[in-house]
Amino acid sequence: MQLGFKEEDIKFRDEVRGFIKETFTDDMRKTLSLSKNGHAGKDLHVKWQKSLYERGWMAPNWPEQYGGAGFTSTQKYIFESEMAREGAPRTIPFGLSMVAPVIMEFGSQEQKDKFLPDILESNVWWCQGYSEPGSGSDLASLQCKAENQGDHYLVNGTKIWTTMAQYADWIFCLVRTSKTEKPQEGISFLLIDMKSPGIEVRPLITLDNSPEPHQEVNQVFFEDVKVPIENLIGEENKGWTYAKYLLEFERGTAYSPGLYRGIKNLKDIARDTSIGDGLTLLDDNDFLNKINECEIQIQAMEFVELRIFSALSAGQRVGPESSILKTRGTEIGQYLQELAVEAIGYWSHPFVEDTFANVNEPSIGPDYAATITPEYYNGRKTTIYAGSNEIQRNIISKAVLGL
Amino acid sequence: MDFSFSEEQTLLRNTIQSFIQDNYDFDKRQAIVKSEEGMKQENWKQFAELGLLGLPFSEEDGGLNFGSVETMIVAEEFGKGLVVEPYIQTVVTCGGFLRRASASIKEKYIPGIISGEDIWAFAYAEPQGRYNLNDLTTTATLDGDHYIINGYKSVVSGGPWANKFIVSVRTSGDQRDSDGISVLIVDKNSEGLSIRDYPTVDGSRASEITLENVSVSKDELIGEEGKGAELIELIVDETIAAICSEAIGAMKVLNDATVEYCKTRKQFGQPIGKFQVLQHRMVDMFMQYEQSVSMTYMVNLKLDEEYAERRKAASGAKVQIAKAAKFIGQSAVQLHGGMGMTDELNVGHYFKRLSMIENSYGNIDHHLKKYSSAG
Repeated sequence: MQLGFKEEDIKFRDEVRGFIKETFTDDMRKTLSLSKNGHAGKDLHVKWQKSLYERGWMAPNWPEQYGGAGFTSTQKYIFESEMAREGAPRTIPFGLSMVAPVIMEFGSQEQKDKFLPDILESNVWWCQGYSEPGSGSDLASLQCKAENQGDHYLVNGTKIWTTMAQYADWIFCLVRTSKTEKPQEGISFLLIDMKSPGIEVRPLITLDNSPEPHQEVNQVFFEDVKVPIENLIGEENKGWTYAKYLLEFERGTAYSPGLYRGIKNLKDIARDTSIGDGLTLLDDNDFLNKINECEIQIQAMEFVELRIFSALSAGQRVGPESSILKTRGTEIGQYLQELAVEAIGYWSHPFVEDTFANVNEPSIGPDYAATITPEYYNGRKTTIYAGSNEIQRNIISKAVLGL
Repeated sequence: MDFSFSEEQTLLRNTIQSFIQDNYDFDKRQAIVKSEEGMKQENWKQFAELGLLGLPFSEEDGGLNFGSVETMIVAEEFGKGLVVEPYIQTVVTCGGFLRRASASIKEKYIPGIISGEDIWAFAYAEPQGRYNLNDLTTTATLDGDHYIINGYKSVVSGGPWANKFIVSVRTSGDQRDSDGISVLIVDKNSEGLSIRDYPTVDGSRASEITLENVSVSKDELIGEEGKGAELIELIVDETIAAICSEAIGAMKVLNDATVEYCKTRKQFGQPIGKFQVLQHRMVDMFMQYEQSVSMTYMVNLKLDEEYAERRKAASGAKVQIAKAAKFIGQSAVQLHGGMGMTDELNVGHYFKRLSMIENSYGNIDHHLKKYSSAG
């Protein structure tokens, strides 16, 4: 057991830092800081991802044969940490980390050739069609139906909470291809071109009130949408297996680097907030204790992550323990957002309708205040999405504790 | 001891409930909030017709001479509808100052409130002061028979709708002294007053106000010059009692909506309310609500007690309500799942209002310190 990185890892870390310094421009930082939900328009994300692609770092988790970065586990961790520490744009996961691993594992050669290069180069934007109005935590009850018509499927139904469907060229969907006693057994995994006739995307405005086109989620409607049969992944009615495979990727992210960045921001805000007599909020012991308590929680998180990464390096698989990361990571993240709202005091009240549009107006209160309360509101989603934290606890209870 | 409501009080509650039913369903409220003005003048007129705008004023001043329990009833029912019209700001807060002012001020201004003609807002907060009511850099200096005011007031709730302001100013002493604070009435149209209006995250409106050599007659002084701190603290405590009342109304709606949703929303072949982990969460929400109701009664019944008793009552209630507001608001969103995250459902709107009540007139840390120092 030992702490600290090897010399070659330090060298790699400096390379990553150099790349971020050069590529993550002040303009990009400014644009991202205006976002209430972490998304800053298609152009910025595509531009960022194309720079990563050119550097060969777009896909840290892909095998090298498909153009993966060829990182060691330690390098992956360093890469993610450095990106999060600087608040660099997140790579949009739907193509890169969700559908791509499924295509690699279960797709045909034609599908691999057709889809993977465009994902790697960020030529095509993907979104995820899983949840439905009646199927959230109980995903297997989904109703969106695809009828096999020989050379195509006829898709009818709706998908909800579809993140950034407004930008998407393609959607991967779980659809019902047969009614079986076990609902999991009648589900298929379908790739659908968003330009197909019969698809409609309706924005859903959430609590952060980001207006169109900056809304985070949408509802997607399918009416008699024809999907070529060759867009089926693997076998018909085996989609649930592929979906479960994908969920492992959705839950396996490191939270602590981003959370540490949250602590740093919080300290900056507290340092900027007067409490009179020449003191700042950072001098207020009540508040300082909360920041530090939160930092300690993050450290506990960090070392859980490091232990998992170390196990991965040793060739072990990470199982349901990844639910610990999702549960604690999101809950600490929400606490950080609460503390930020607490820090800005009355500046939490003003509402800026479109932070992107109001960039030239003088802000009400400090610049950073405008997005803090919307971020707190929007952050409530994190304990709901990707398997609510109640579901995660069920998973830990069943699969880890055997209860 | 008796915690029941009189027939008259029940009648008052019923009146407001039917007003909310007729004028404040979700769509109607959304229309009001999204309108250019952000409130509805017709509603304000109806408040006047119902006598609500005269509730706490003495009969001599043209009011109904009701007490804090009646104010609590009104605020609680308004909380259930998320009413945005600035009733608390005008009647409870600014009305509270005016009720204690000189006969000439009462005569001059109270009729305008009762008739619905005037809307008032209290401009007290300053950016450097956080929640300290005494931390004032806005100054007023007497020049002959006028005060000349210079300074800046921040996040003035209901500011865009008000035509009159009550402003806390420093007439002497150092920035954070409790001595040397005065309370002045300032007309919105005063020369030198500039205002920036904006919406707030909870669907209300507020303003930033800059005062540059604003001249007001010394007759517009409420109370004694330099002795305003005590009065301000009293009025803020009365306001806290009212917003706690508003909060329990909003909490009640959220709890009922959440229980109802969990009874009807089915996942895994059964209503999600059958899952014990959600049941216990709702039980905790219910217990937080009941404790909040109790603390709200307590503070409303103790507003006339001597200082230390009142101080602890108001700060104690504010701490309980802020904690419950956060827990109930967040839990209601969580239990509604994705739907709780949308602007289309009322749940998020209640959550947001409650989240703003959390720090209005001081957050938990502030009131814990006040409570501790009250002895």
